[in-house]
Amino acid sequence: MHVPDGFIDAPTSAVTAVVAAGALAVSLRGARREQGGTSRASEAERGGERTAPLAGLVAAFIFAVQMLNFPVAAGTSGHLLGGALAAILVGPCTGVLCVSVVLLMQGILFADGGLTALGVNITDMAIVTTVVAYAVFRGLLKILPRGRRSVTAAAFVAALLSVPAAAVAFTLLYAVGGTTDVAIGKVAGAMIGVHVLIGVGEAAITALTVGAVVAVRPDLVYGARGLRQGLKLRVNGALVDAPEPAAPVAARTSRRTLWISGLVTSLVLAGFVSFYASASPDGLEKVAHDQGIDTKTREHASAGSPLADYGVEDVSDARLSGGLAGVIGVGTTVVAGSAVFWAVRRRRTGAPAGAR
Amino acid sequence: MGAGHAHRLYRHAHSPVHALPPHTKLAAAFAFVVVVVSTPRTAMWAFALYAVLLACVAHHARVPAGFLLKRLLIEVPFVAFAVLMPFVAEGERVGVLGLSLSVNGLWGAWNVLVKGTLGVATSVLLAATTELRALLLGLERLKLPPLLVQIASFMIRYGDVITDEMRRMRIARESRGFEARGVRHWGVLAKSAGALFIRSYERGERVHLAMVSRGYSPTTKRVGGAPSSMPVVDEVTASRAQWSHALALPLSALVVCLLGWAL
Repeated sequence: MHVPDGFIDAPTSAVTAVVAAGALAVSLRGARREQGGTSRASEAERGGERTAPLAGLVAAFIFAVQMLNFPVAAGTSGHLLGGALAAILVGPCTGVLCVSVVLLMQGILFADGGLTALGVNITDMAIVTTVVAYAVFRGLLKILPRGRRSVTAAAFVAALLSVPAAAVAFTLLYAVGGTTDVAIGKVAGAMIGVHVLIGVGEAAITALTVGAVVAVRPDLVYGARGLRQGLKLRVNGALVDAPEPAAPVAARTSRRTLWISGLVTSLVLAGFVSFYASASPDGLEKVAHDQGIDTKTREHASAGSPLADYGVEDVSDARLSGGLAGVIGVGTTVVAGSAVFWAVRRRRTGAPAGAR
Repeated sequence: MGAGHAHRLYRHAHSPVHALPPHTKLAAAFAFVVVVVSTPRTAMWAFALYAVLLACVAHHARVPAGFLLKRLLIEVPFVAFAVLMPFVAEGERVGVLGLSLSVNGLWGAWNVLVKGTLGVATSVLLAATTELRALLLGLERLKLPPLLVQIASFMIRYGDVITDEMRRMRIARESRGFEARGVRHWGVLAKSAGALFIRSYERGERVHLAMVSRGYSPTTKRVGGAPSSMPVVDEVTASRAQWSHALALPLSALVVCLLGWAL
């Protein structure tokens, strides 16, 4: 799935490169936290300095395991992509870093994936797979009963979904900035169809591998750290929980900084970058137009709304209008998202009190 | 150990291209590919000129054509995709040899094929003329986050070690009569992958302890100002002349590209 040069047009590549750089910056901070306190870390060595060797070795592992061929049937064989495996074993941020470094080295050294397509490749294969896999994995662990089997099952589903998710992300990128004229429906069908099959293999092997690691060193599996049993001491014949060693407060960035920088980035992307986005109809609209689908579709119910078709009514300059609509859209999304988040948090903090 | 520690893609020679500082080469390769990608696909002659420019660089670098062409084979899976494109793309059709092909699809296939090939050739030339260590130094000089460069350097340093460990595990499996034939044997292979992960992670912990015991600290700054790095014996710096030599490739490509848009 390594995208070569010239497959996605220059503006889209540039935007994905910015997205990838932002995600890497976040992951660099997050990886320090993730590698801070696993395994045999002592008080003194928690913090950033373990990140480089551990993430480096895990990247080498991902690189090696991609060469491990799994026979499928009748002489064909597949190999692991490793995004989901990395996310579950070492955490999402370190996972993003490891897969990105592997992709970077593959691009520069092995000419596997274009240099200008690095942003596309990292966004697609490192960020989407890892984040989707980890979100699904954690979500399932919350629902399923605690235990080793649940970890394996959750790993299976997470890997199963992560590969088609990357295919969907690729199809979206292709719809925005594809340089060829293949109908988006065909691309989506082919990509998702093939990657659902790949996903099944990926899921089986990821689940088996995670199961093998959990059986031997459960403390190494980042996604299953909740499973660790607390140390018990036998004091005068009775089992007593040993006091937890005081965990140092992890260095956190202020929520507000993160929130503001995220908001500014999306505003810049929506308001400024959309200036340069193509004014021609996108692939889907084009296919619909070519095949005469849109003659039958009724006008969208909100077609008369002041923001219809990503432009602000009464603002004649097309670019300015598109930019304004982007900014207003981001603003609305942020407000709606914050409201949902706030409501959920209210409910969650309120629930235990109500249960009692 | 007799083979040295250079990677297989590196081709040892003493040429003007080999002697350029790595970050200038990285910047030049990247700029060249950006220019190639932003050239209109209808300007066919422009791509021929790009190929000539790359051939000149290969000649200066004393990289034989056979070596370059053999390394280009990596994009074969993609060629298959490009060949399919004229059959599935939309738009008006044209009859060639009794086949109905899409004009847009033909242009698309040409576009992807030529830009992809030029991109791969650029990467191959870069890897053939730059040592791994220099490549990493170049990335650091280009202001990639130092932590990322360190992760990459650990990956490169231990990539062969981990691959060898995987090979030893394979030999151990095979010497006990195991042969992976189908889905039923995935469990064994996955257990090997799990064991490989545990070994890699524990090796990472040992490497970290070894580094700490030799005075490594992520917060100390070295003389050059870049924080958290292993010491560097010789700082790479590029003179103005070296920059201009390296950037001659993308700049001439830019001229071709502008001509391509103008004509």
